[in-house]
Amino acid sequence: MFKSEAASWFRIYEMFKFESFHMYGIIGSALVLGILVTQSIKRFDIKSFYGEKIVFTPKAKSFSRYLIGGIVFGLGWALAGACPGPMFTLVGAGYVPILVVIAAAIVGTFAYGIVKDKIPH
Amino acid sequence: MDCPKSDAQLLRKGRRKFFQLQKQKSMNLIYEPWPWYIAGPMIALILFLLLMVGKNFGMSSNLRTLCTLCGAGKTTDFFKFDWKSQKWNLIVVLGAIIGGYIGAHFLSNTTAVVLNPETISDLKTFGFESAGTAYLPTEMFATTALGSLKNLVLLVLGGLFVGFGARYAGGCTSGHAISGLSNLQLPSLIAVIGFFIGGLTMIHLIFPILF
Repeated sequence: MFKSEAASWFRIYEMFKFESFHMYGIIGSALVLGILVTQSIKRFDIKSFYGEKIVFTPKAKSFSRYLIGGIVFGLGWALAGACPGPMFTLVGAGYVPILVVIAAAIVGTFAYGIVKDKIPH
Repeated sequence: MDCPKSDAQLLRKGRRKFFQLQKQKSMNLIYEPWPWYIAGPMIALILFLLLMVGKNFGMSSNLRTLCTLCGAGKTTDFFKFDWKSQKWNLIVVLGAIIGGYIGAHFLSNTTAVVLNPETISDLKTFGFESAGTAYLPTEMFATTALGSLKNLVLLVLGGLFVGFGARYAGGCTSGHAISGLSNLQLPSLIAVIGFFIGGLTMIHLIFPILF
C-alpha cells in the first residue's frame, strides 16, 4: 500500500480529478484478477487450504444504504485521502495526524451503530 | 615482469561487474514507487490468500471490532459480538502497520509522489504547497499541522465520514470495490458508484469552499 502510493492523499485527489491512470490501474488490475480468483473458486469448487468449502456471503439486497452510505464514505475518503486499509499503513509510516482520522473513523462507526435502526437501509 | 591479465580473468571481472549492476538496478526498483501492475496483483493475492484460509478481505470491519474492544457492546447490539472471531482481521491491520513502517523507513529513498503537473498546480491554488514534494500534504499530515484547528476539524470530519459511511454501506474499498465486485455483487457496484459520487462532490464542489 505504501510503496504503490495508494496510501497517498495526493494520489486519491489525482484519481478523483481523473488526472492519472495509477489508482485506476491498481484497483482495475486487482479487480480483474479478483474476479478471476473468485469465479474460479466458485466454478471449480476450490477448497480452502484447510480443505473446507469457501463460502461467499452475498450482500443483502438494498439500494439506499449502499448509495447513501457509499456517498458518505466517498466524501470522507476524498477529504481524509485514505480508506480504512491505508490509514493503518500510514500509522506505520509514522504520520501522527492519521491517528486523529482513525479515532474519528472509530467514532463514526460507533455513531452508525447507534443510529442504525433510525436510518433507511 | 608485466603480466597482462588473461582473457578469462577479464571475463570474470566483467561478469562480476555486470551482475553487480543488475543487482543495483533491481534494488533500485524496490526503492522506487511500485507501479500499478505490481500493486494491483498483490492486492488480488491478498484477496486470494484470505479466501483460501476461509476469511474475507474487508478492512473497515476492523473499525467495528475496535468499537467493541472499547466497550461499545454495552450500548447497542450492533457491537455485541465476540471480537475474538475477528482477531485474524486485526492481525491484517497489524500487518498493514508493519508494512507501512518497512515501506517508509527501509524501502524508500524518497517518498515524494510524482503527480500530474496539472494536479500539482491545482493543489497549489488550494494552498497545498507540498504537492509534488511529499507523500502526504504536510499542510494536513505533518505533526505540526495538528496545531491548526481548521485542519483538526477536517481530519475529524474525514474520519467520521469514512467510519460512518463504510459501515452504513456495509464495506469500504476492500470489502466492496475488491471483494464485492469480484463476487459480481450488484450492491457493491451501487456502493462503489456512491464512493465516486461522494469523492467527486468533495473534490470538485466542496474543496473550493474549504480551501
